Amino acid sequence: MSISAEEVFETANMILRQNLDIRTTTLGINLKDCIDNDFGRFADNVYQKIHRHSLRLVKEADRLEVKYGIPIVNKRISVTPISLIMETHCSKQSFVEMAKTLDRAAKDGGIDFIGGFGAFVQKGLTESDRVLIESLPDVFASSDRVCSFLNVGTNVAGMNLDALNMLGHMLKETASKTKDAVGCAKFVAFANAPEDNPFMAGAYHGIGEPDMSLNIGVSGPGVVYSVVEKNRGCDLTQLSEIIKRTVFKVTRSGELIGRELAKNLDVPFGIVDISLAPTTAQGDSVANIIEAFGIESVGAHGTTMALALLMDAVKKGGAMASGNVGGLSGTFIPVSEDSGMIEAVKKGALDLNKLEALTSVCSVGLDMFAIPGDTPAETINAIIADELAIGIINNKTTAVRVIPVPGKKAGESVDFGGLLGEAPVMDVNPYSAKDFLRRGGRLPAPVTSMRN
Amino acid sequence: MEKEQLFITVIGEDRKGIVAKISTLLYECDINIEDINQKIMDSYFVMIMLVDMKQSKQSLEKVREELEKLGDALRVKIQIQHENIFKMMHRV
Repeated sequence: MSISAEEVFETANMILRQNLDIRTTTLGINLKDCIDNDFGRFADNVYQKIHRHSLRLVKEADRLEVKYGIPIVNKRISVTPISLIMETHCSKQSFVEMAKTLDRAAKDGGIDFIGGFGAFVQKGLTESDRVLIESLPDVFASSDRVCSFLNVGTNVAGMNLDALNMLGHMLKETASKTKDAVGCAKFVAFANAPEDNPFMAGAYHGIGEPDMSLNIGVSGPGVVYSVVEKNRGCDLTQLSEIIKRTVFKVTRSGELIGRELAKNLDVPFGIVDISLAPTTAQGDSVANIIEAFGIESVGAHGTTMALALLMDAVKKGGAMASGNVGGLSGTFIPVSEDSGMIEAVKKGALDLNKLEALTSVCSVGLDMFAIPGDTPAETINAIIADELAIGIINNKTTAVRVIPVPGKKAGESVDFGGLLGEAPVMDVNPYSAKDFLRRGGRLPAPVTSMRN
Repeated sequence: MEKEQLFITVIGEDRKGIVAKISTLLYECDINIEDINQKIMDSYFVMIMLVDMKQSKQSLEKVREELEKLGDALRVKIQIQHENIFKMMHRV
């Protein structure tokens, strides 16, 4: 055999026992060519284009799943930021109608989530951007699969406080209008949002992208955990080496599926996002990897360094495996989607302060965490502002997905089910930054942005 | 003629009839077995078959379904995967 029995077993075992899968295949679709003066015709163009390509994506992805015996968990669509294409139809009602159209196209096409209902507002808001933000609570209340993003800051523009200050109220209204506040799980505020990110809720089809492109998100916390577990005694250099080698293999599976799927769909292959993405399934946790390093519980002192090591090894292994690494390519530590993170919060080992510190060494930010429903809107804005400032100053992507759960207090829990998991409600600092944020204007871009 | 090679992996407990039953199924589908290897790995009984599906009368989907059914009956896990995934993952 050209491949040894050990190698075949290793791959089969990764899939059968260590939850290796292709987490997402995300087809980016340009919608600019759908614009029409007549809104009905415009919406119909959008529906037809998305629906047509969704059916092809699902069919081809299913075929490759059978051929390679590797689960392709999610089939998703990302579209041109909606604010851009709605400039001439910018009423709240039209935005909600467009969201319903996207939702229907996704459902009819067998698509799990459709991303891109968002805008770039890092320097200021157009009328369309403003109406989009105002329409979001109704958008989430009247759709199931539509995801939204806002790029509120970049390292070359700084951060736009006018947009930031709208978010707390918008999120609280969304929370009250959607069951268990789940609408908030479909909104992400970014600094330095990447144009080709295949992961939700922040996926969109960037304006520098071709008409269509296919992006892949791989997974593999279970696989990495398994090799770390087998190498309890080795030093950090060696630990990094074994993670690199493992992530290389995981990423290659994504590269293979991506190349072949793009070819079969006749669209350009975009990128492989090498982020380790956990699920709540037993043994598919990033927190458990950190713990297998020798940290008693994620959140303990030492976690930041451990995560830095993991992050760096993942990038080095992934970069060798694919010529098209992109998207977020970090390590995800969403609270509700990782059984080890949930456990750590519940036993008091991990709080919001440590979580924020962790995001300075790994992307992708404060993700999928619940806070008490009575948290003031200004405090939500301040939580987002802190996280985005980390991205702006450190030249990286950071993001926030925060869920203020109505009627819940710290220590209680909310269960979203499925991939979104279960979120323990976390304590927030009771002191306020509202007078600071009320000043408005823009956080100036850092001096490191002046590179020309 | 170019081959279409896939690997079948059987993981579980060693028991009588595993090779016989899988071979019969493959024979009925006109799938040629090119190589067989079995050993104990990680304390599991592992059998690996390299097969050529070029002449197969059945679709891969159907073969996969039948193998899964057989795996359930024999209480072992059976995977069938195109060889390219192993080449990608294990060869630079």
